Amino acid sequence: MDTIGGLLQGFDVALTWSNLTMCFVGVFLGTVIGVLPGLGPPATIAMLLPLTLKLEPTGAMIMLAGIYYGAKYGGSTTSILLNVPGESASVVTCLDGYQMARKGRAGPALGMAAIASFVAGTFGVIALMLVAPPLARLSLAFSAPEYFALMVLGLTMVVLLSGESLTKGLLSMLLGLWIASMGTDLFTATSRFTFGQTALLGGIDFVIVAIGIFAIGEVLANMEPHSAPEMLPVPKGLRNLLPTWEDMKACRFAFLNGSLVGFIVGILPGAGSTIASFLSYGIEKAVSKHPEQFGHGAIEGVAAPEGANNAETGGALVPLLTLGIPGSGTTAVLLAALILWGFKPGPLFIQESPTLFWGLVASMYIGNVMLLVLNLPLVAVFAQLLKMPAFAMYPMILGVSLVGVYSDSSSIFELGLLAIFGLLGYGMRKLDFPNAPLVLGLVLGDAMEKALRQSLMMSQGHVSILFRPIPAVLLAVAAVLLIVPLFKKFNAMRVQVLDQEAP
Amino acid sequence: MNTFVRKGDFWSGLAMAALGAYVVSQALRWDYMGEDGPGAGFFPLWYGGLMIVLSLLLVLGAVLKSDPSAASRRINWPELRRVGACWGAFVACIALLQPLGFILSFGLMTWFLVSVLFRKPQKVAIPTAVISPLGFYAVFAWALGISLPTGALF
Repeated sequence: MDTIGGLLQGFDVALTWSNLTMCFVGVFLGTVIGVLPGLGPPATIAMLLPLTLKLEPTGAMIMLAGIYYGAKYGGSTTSILLNVPGESASVVTCLDGYQMARKGRAGPALGMAAIASFVAGTFGVIALMLVAPPLARLSLAFSAPEYFALMVLGLTMVVLLSGESLTKGLLSMLLGLWIASMGTDLFTATSRFTFGQTALLGGIDFVIVAIGIFAIGEVLANMEPHSAPEMLPVPKGLRNLLPTWEDMKACRFAFLNGSLVGFIVGILPGAGSTIASFLSYGIEKAVSKHPEQFGHGAIEGVAAPEGANNAETGGALVPLLTLGIPGSGTTAVLLAALILWGFKPGPLFIQESPTLFWGLVASMYIGNVMLLVLNLPLVAVFAQLLKMPAFAMYPMILGVSLVGVYSDSSSIFELGLLAIFGLLGYGMRKLDFPNAPLVLGLVLGDAMEKALRQSLMMSQGHVSILFRPIPAVLLAVAAVLLIVPLFKKFNAMRVQVLDQEAP
Repeated sequence: MNTFVRKGDFWSGLAMAALGAYVVSQALRWDYMGEDGPGAGFFPLWYGGLMIVLSLLLVLGAVLKSDPSAASRRINWPELRRVGACWGAFVACIALLQPLGFILSFGLMTWFLVSVLFRKPQKVAIPTAVISPLGFYAVFAWALGISLPTGALF
């Protein structure tokens, strides 16, 4: 199926009333959780995932993806008005967005964030549509050894960029692999790590771990008392939100920079939207004729990172849908959702599930338009959410988590596991263990073990099968990535990137 | 007391090493390699072994690295108590689901969090504790048709 034909089919799917409603609900919820600091897209998608299992998969996926990219629009509002990122990808928007707001230019800053997000977000969808099908065809040549090597490389990159301590990142990933191996071994029917509990014979549901680590862990981590920062006022009226013609002219390169950098970084596992936004901000500052204005309210300093973090979404969906390899906590949850609905993300995904793939792509065009409309005239309404008291929000998150897990399993035992993983999530945050490698290790663990064992079956136990050209190159790159940080100079560079990422 | 004993890395490293040892000990009981290829113990043995090595590196790092700020870092007990109370309320809510049902147990948890942890007056805590579970019931049970846990009472 050609791209145009596929896209037309996609619009046919996305433009039904039910899918338009799902898209709207997704982008609306995304904006809400993007605005609210302390509740990120992985937690929200994980909490809602079990509730969507009874829905039609295409509509449900359209909604979950809407939450993912909608949160990136909403995150900028909090950065600009509060100087607190609503979402980790909006950290860099604080630098110039808040300064603009302090100088009375909150309106153009909010408007430019929405416009840049729309331009780059749409670019990301176009690039996804053009890049994914050929990449899927290319990866048809992959078999078990190539997949194993690709998963090793993906996990390595996530570990490399997930925290200052490489050791903790690796341990977190190994913990994920351990949880993934619980239950009955599919090759030999051996029960592994079940502690004599029949309830564990089927393994631990990904949803329980994801909700526990992301949502409950987040609530516990936010229990420490902190003073609320003061919010700057939102200008009234659409006219006061629109950037001037000069602003738009000044941001021409920022739109292009954000779009390209965001999409390319998005394809790389582990890099994520925060690094994309920092990178595009750095490039924008480096090529600017007035770099001294950056950090003091330069509008390009809002446009470039906001564009990059939205274009990243399209990039991140490329390896997820064509290779079945997620690059972040959020895409890992989306992968789990696809698997739970019975889809097989990978080289054959576009051929086997064209309705879902093209419907999703088309819905993202529509979702970006919805977000532009929501985030320009209604930004003042969303800003009011920042006044929502924590005492009302946290019990609600705990309640949705409970209902989510219970609706999936109707098991009190699994709710007990949810509480345990919540505590684990809190402990990991306090001890600086990154949680993304754990979630990725968990979601890829089964497939990784299967690919490795299948490879060794193919070669009758000889590891030489992993040294065929493609897996050998991928494994060599993974090894280099793990060895390089052992050299102080390179590790300092890695830590510098991560320090910039930290809010 | 030596400063490394106060470091989280030291204790978390030991805990992970113990988990790694458990994984390896279990993996040794299963087939490593069978006639058809790797057995159930193959993969866990490798990642369990790696877990032990990395955990010991973490412990070693905590012992050998001098970190002057570690001595001054103290566990924030009031914060930890708050977290413990919140987690305890969540666990109690789960435990009470079967006898009391969702509405009552979730309402009690909400009241505890709002009244005790957030120190809000009863005129705020009680309405929040009543409205929240009813709101959940309206959205999930009535509107979305999702069954909420029911207890012996409700």
